Amino acid sequence: MNSIKWLSIILITFVIIAGIAVPMVPQPQSFFEFPDIPGLGNTARIIFFHVPVAWVSVLGFLVSLYYGLKYLRTKEYDDDIKSVSAAGLGMLFCLLATMTGSLWAKFTWGSFWNWDPRETSILILLLIYGAYFALRSALGSNEVRARLSAVYAILAGLTAPFFIFIMPRIIGGLHPGAKEDASGSTPITQLHMPLNMLFVFFSGLIGFTLLFIWLLNVRIRTLRMEHRLLMKDY
Amino acid sequence: MNSLLCIWAVAVKDVRSELRVRYALNALLMFVVTSIAVLVIALGDSGLNPEIMSALFWIVILFSAMSGLSRIFVSEEERGTTLVLQLVASPSAVYFGKLIFNCGLTLVLSSAVSLLYVIAFPAFIIRSGAVFLCTVFLGSLGFASASTMIAAIIAKAQAKNTLYTVLAFPVIAPLLITVIHTTALSIQGGTWGETVPQFQIMIGYLCVVVGFSSIMFDFVWKD
Repeated sequence: MNSIKWLSIILITFVIIAGIAVPMVPQPQSFFEFPDIPGLGNTARIIFFHVPVAWVSVLGFLVSLYYGLKYLRTKEYDDDIKSVSAAGLGMLFCLLATMTGSLWAKFTWGSFWNWDPRETSILILLLIYGAYFALRSALGSNEVRARLSAVYAILAGLTAPFFIFIMPRIIGGLHPGAKEDASGSTPITQLHMPLNMLFVFFSGLIGFTLLFIWLLNVRIRTLRMEHRLLMKDY
Repeated sequence: MNSLLCIWAVAVKDVRSELRVRYALNALLMFVVTSIAVLVIALGDSGLNPEIMSALFWIVILFSAMSGLSRIFVSEEERGTTLVLQLVASPSAVYFGKLIFNCGLTLVLSSAVSLLYVIAFPAFIIRSGAVFLCTVFLGSLGFASASTMIAAIIAKAQAKNTLYTVLAFPVIAPLLITVIHTTALSIQGGTWGETVPQFQIMIGYLCVVVGFSSIMFDFVWKD
């Protein structure tokens, strides 16, 4: 776990430095120059943070679903701890993705919120997380709470793809991959980036994923300790 | 055959106990009438565009359905009949019986809303009736199927009614956006060809939710 922690710190530091310091020029000549994308300019740099954070918010939800399903099969309380930890971190990253996204939207599309399908789907993901924790706080015993919240997470997880993959194809939007977008023909956006940008981009993706794994581990250990202390009291 | 009879018995039982007190039906129909009256007073006969008309139409259906459908399992908890039902019927029979009851209730509600809408708004002219009817039918079934499962989840929780809306919205939202979109198209005179993707979403949604609920209902129902 220590190596994961350090690797994520190194990668994210690299992304912060490289993503901000490398100049953007119209015709990049060397490896240390990014192309200047017309209409985006320097605001494009936020892609190194926005996309990895959005990816982790979905990853957190998937991990939470996986352990939720596992809980329903095994009824091990430890799986519920893992599930709720992943959901909590996912919600944090989901908030970060919404914030970075709406900042970026302000400076390229003109307002903080545009009701683009992709923006709507991150809002729905945020609402799912909120509903999940509201449900958990309204249920009394550990066993019932773990069981019902796992079922709800799976139900929400099954209806979310309608938003993420199907809706943008039907209703037009601003993100790449939307209905009127001529270049991106699938909802899964194709990457049109030069090699050096791709390198920083994937460092960011891996760095933030490792950060998630490390934070998840810390959270799980804390909750396990809390649970053990509670059990001792009785 | 036996399980089908069992499902039918649960649905009939719910219809009977509903008709005995008429709690949900009367209150819900009054809710529909009042909210449409508010709309008529607020809007008058101003010509609204199809998007707003269809959004208001589905908002009335959504909120009346939300207040009615959540009671299906809560009423069992309140009357203390959950244990009996767990003893006499299999979980899948209970689920499908309740689903049938909820579907019926939503269809009654949405047809009442459609009828009142046509009477109250002269500007509400639907150019492609078949598309509209199909949308209302599939949309109501979709609402009912998602709400049945969520109603089962919240029956065990505190602050049931508030929680119900919070839990239901993210699950229902994809369906809601699709039906509002399709209804607007049907008012404008959209053909079947134009609305095929929307109907694919609605049918897909229905299949996913009912399929999932029938598998997972055991975990929610059995203590």
